[in-house]
Amino acid sequence: MQPTTHAFPENARKALSDERLQKVLAIAPAGFVNRRKQAADRLPEFEALRDQGRDLKNHVLANLDTYLEAFEAKVTGQGGHVHWCRTDQEARDAILGICRAANAKTVTKGKSMVSEEIGINDYLEANGLTPIETDLGEYIIQLRHEPPSHIIAPAFHLSKKDVEGTFRQAHTDLPPDRVLDDPKVLIAEARTVLRRKFQQADVGITGANLMIAETGSTVIVTNEGNGDLTQILPRVHVVIASIEKIVPTLEDAALVLRLLARSATGQEASAYTTFSTGPRRPGDLDGPEEFHVVLLDNGRSALLGTEFQEVLRCIRCGACMNHCPVYGAVGGHAYGWVYPGPIGSVMQPALLGVKEAGHLPNASTFCGRCEAVCPMRIPLPKMMRHWREKEFEQGLQPAAMRKGLGLWAWFARRPALYHAATRMAVRALGALGRGKGRFAKLPLAQGWTQYRDMPAPEGKTFQQMWAEKKGKR
Amino acid sequence: MAEKHPAPRVGLFVTCLVDLFRPTVGFAAVKLLEDAGCTVEVPSAQTCCGQPAFNSGDRRTAQELARNTIAAFEGFDYVVVPSGSCGGQIKKHYPELLADDPAWAARAQRLSARTYELVSFLADVLGMTDTGARYDGTVTYHDSCSGLRELGVKEQPRRLLASVEGLTLNELPGAEVCCGFGGTFCVKYPDVSNRMVEAKTADIQGTQADTLLAGDMGCLLNMAGKLKREGSAIRVRHVAEVLAGVTDTPPIGEKA
Amino acid sequence: MADTSSARAQILGGIRKALGSAEGSDEARKRLAVHPRNLVPARAQLPQDQQVDLFVAMATEVAATVERLPALGDVPRAVAEYLAGLNLPAEIRVAPDAALDAIPWNERPTLTVSKGRARDSDGASVTGAFAGVAETGSLMLLSGAERPTTLNFLPDTHIVVLTRSQVVGTMEDAWDRLRGLGVAGTMPRTVNFITGPSRTGDIEMRIELGAHGPRRLHILLVED
Ligand code: SF4
Repeated sequence: MQPTTHAFPENARKALSDERLQKVLAIAPAGFVNRRKQAADRLPEFEALRDQGRDLKNHVLANLDTYLEAFEAKVTGQGGHVHWCRTDQEARDAILGICRAANAKTVTKGKSMVSEEIGINDYLEANGLTPIETDLGEYIIQLRHEPPSHIIAPAFHLSKKDVEGTFRQAHTDLPPDRVLDDPKVLIAEARTVLRRKFQQADVGITGANLMIAETGSTVIVTNEGNGDLTQILPRVHVVIASIEKIVPTLEDAALVLRLLARSATGQEASAYTTFSTGPRRPGDLDGPEEFHVVLLDNGRSALLGTEFQEVLRCIRCGACMNHCPVYGAVGGHAYGWVYPGPIGSVMQPALLGVKEAGHLPNASTFCGRCEAVCPMRIPLPKMMRHWREKEFEQGLQPAAMRKGLGLWAWFARRPALYHAATRMAVRALGALGRGKGRFAKLPLAQGWTQYRDMPAPEGKTFQQMWAEKKGKR
Repeated sequence: MAEKHPAPRVGLFVTCLVDLFRPTVGFAAVKLLEDAGCTVEVPSAQTCCGQPAFNSGDRRTAQELARNTIAAFEGFDYVVVPSGSCGGQIKKHYPELLADDPAWAARAQRLSARTYELVSFLADVLGMTDTGARYDGTVTYHDSCSGLRELGVKEQPRRLLASVEGLTLNELPGAEVCCGFGGTFCVKYPDVSNRMVEAKTADIQGTQADTLLAGDMGCLLNMAGKLKREGSAIRVRHVAEVLAGVTDTPPIGEKA
Repeated sequence: MADTSSARAQILGGIRKALGSAEGSDEARKRLAVHPRNLVPARAQLPQDQQVDLFVAMATEVAATVERLPALGDVPRAVAEYLAGLNLPAEIRVAPDAALDAIPWNERPTLTVSKGRARDSDGASVTGAFAGVAETGSLMLLSGAERPTTLNFLPDTHIVVLTRSQVVGTMEDAWDRLRGLGVAGTMPRTVNFITGPSRTGDIEMRIELGAHGPRRLHILLVED
């Protein structure tokens, strides 16, 4: 997927004038917010669990090599394979290689953000394979050739009417006069169509919410059960996961799972939490004959030891975007690539570079709501600020902004001059604005006055009035 | 309390926006503090806390301005700020900004420990329960983000407002959601910012309040500017003005 | 298969360089060996009786149905009546699980019983479980030669026979039981924690049951 992150302001404008999207955004995130809050309130230990989650992931990152090696040894020892991949290209090639070796034609897929990150669908298609997303939301947007707009609810920007249209276009072998006006019917249709695909598939690709070093297991968490059908029906199960998803033990998985479902959907637990360990065992009547884990780095190890290390604690729950007022205004597509919302504003500059993704860490008011709900207590605003520092160092910010702030800072470092200059400015502005008490237009402030009035200053600075008062006393 | 202890010496950090746009807030703060038995001084060496530079990635300038502020405010018992955002900058971010500067790290820590946002200082440190003020109106209150999430300002303004005679508080739905100001954000991403403040003013209108209060001039200028553009008659004031009973200046964005 | 060993060396090397150590850590190795518990919520730390009640309440909350039975002998009747009550065909695919051998299916000759992995045509399955987790109302099912995983996902209706003594408080308790089996640290190929029937909220955020997996999850909780 070609990123359009550099065009965030245009993307945002488009999203803001998209009435259908605005309708969804007015309701959906609030639903997530309420459900998360209820779930968190119901568990007295929730905040303490967040502390432990943070500490656990810090410990994992400080021992990442040990845990990855232990994981690998367990996977291999149980007849599975681990493929280490430095880049997205290496991961695509590894997966294609597995598919080729299996003589695969049809590949079913469970929901996986990392698979979006490496753009595996396009790659498999270009190489003559047919990848099929099986998570209902992902399936819908795959049919529409759209990227996901949310990491938990990829199609939440669409209405049932949109879905109906998409299904009529795609499922041409079904009677055109069938009635498709209810989500139930739409879901049933997708279920039937996808059942056939599950049976045809030679390879099933899933992501992993967690990997467990102790046992060599990978874990997926879903509500639909598609991830399970994806891995038990085809001959080959490929797990694509990034290196930071590892936790030490089954007990540690329990900790993360308590945080994940509550933060993501407000559920106590998702319907299906599945631990997969190696290929099928002798005597098993079902399950994959091959088990592959494609371990992706793609720039993550380079974040270790930097000011961005903490972002690697992320468990991709989506709470930060559900609570983000910027995401709530523009939705996921405006972010122009795989990861939207605050986590995207920190991850995308790391994965795409600040040149491509520099807007995202700037498009934040630092309101701090994301950090306040992040189950892993990732200081997202602080990290966005660090990206701004990188941009500043590289001189990537707009010249006018730099100049304006530079001038401001120059005065602010010189208190006497500062007070004299502000006195003058305020007197002039105050005199101009006295008639109405505000400005509808103001030179150099179009960004402000385009949408709102600028209240006029009172006419004197506080410092000036204070000095006058003190003089009198 | 004034009888038992020597009056606490408070340095008022005015903040740029109060200094430039709304001196009334500064005088309201002084009145509240003096009425509560403090001696208030306003060091003239103060300018800007440096947050605009800090949030623009200009760490060096932010550090210089932090040093300037620290130097200007040494020796006070407390430093009080009528803004959660500038207060948060001093209390939360100065220590982090200067952590690696051996000459300044400890001084930053000391200032941080003595710095408070105005309303929480009155309620939590001075133990104020009754302002003795009067305001005839129905107000609603917006929780500014930094005050709320960096400094835990939430109950204190509500507690003090409850003591203002004649005042009714209608809670604002989504009071904890950002108004879309965000410093330079509102001019860098005007369309997004506008969507946010639009949502906010709709919520404000829905409360049926005649007055909007908040504790941060940035948010207040933003919300007042939008309300006025929409032709709303809702009056906008800094919460300190109402708590101090200093409401003779016209509301923000209105003529005398 | 492509050789990814140079990528492996480089990734691990990069990590070690960033962490400033090449040895791996004893602390980490110890954690793997000891697998200490983290904070476990108080909710399910109860006497077993109350854990059973909590399990029923939590499972019911997520739209599973629970029927309590005095003995395994009652299972055929309960299954037949459950299916009849929903107007479903009296046909079940049963896990070839020794733990279910004591169920006297032949006492219900109207019930068509076959054993094996699930086929696409199967409408209802009956499986055992390894544990019930009270904290969340989840069922824990292990794969194995006698316990094909397809039975948990392909049929529209999944009926699970759980004995009272299988109910534990938390996921941690369940792991302890699994480890206690002695097959030293080996996980079965698949461990499923199933919490209610399949569902999706992907169309207009409305929760609907029966997305890809079973739309009905019926738990027969048997005294033992
Ligand atoms: S950053 Fe935190 S809140 Fe956002 S997706 Fe990751 S874990 Fe969830």
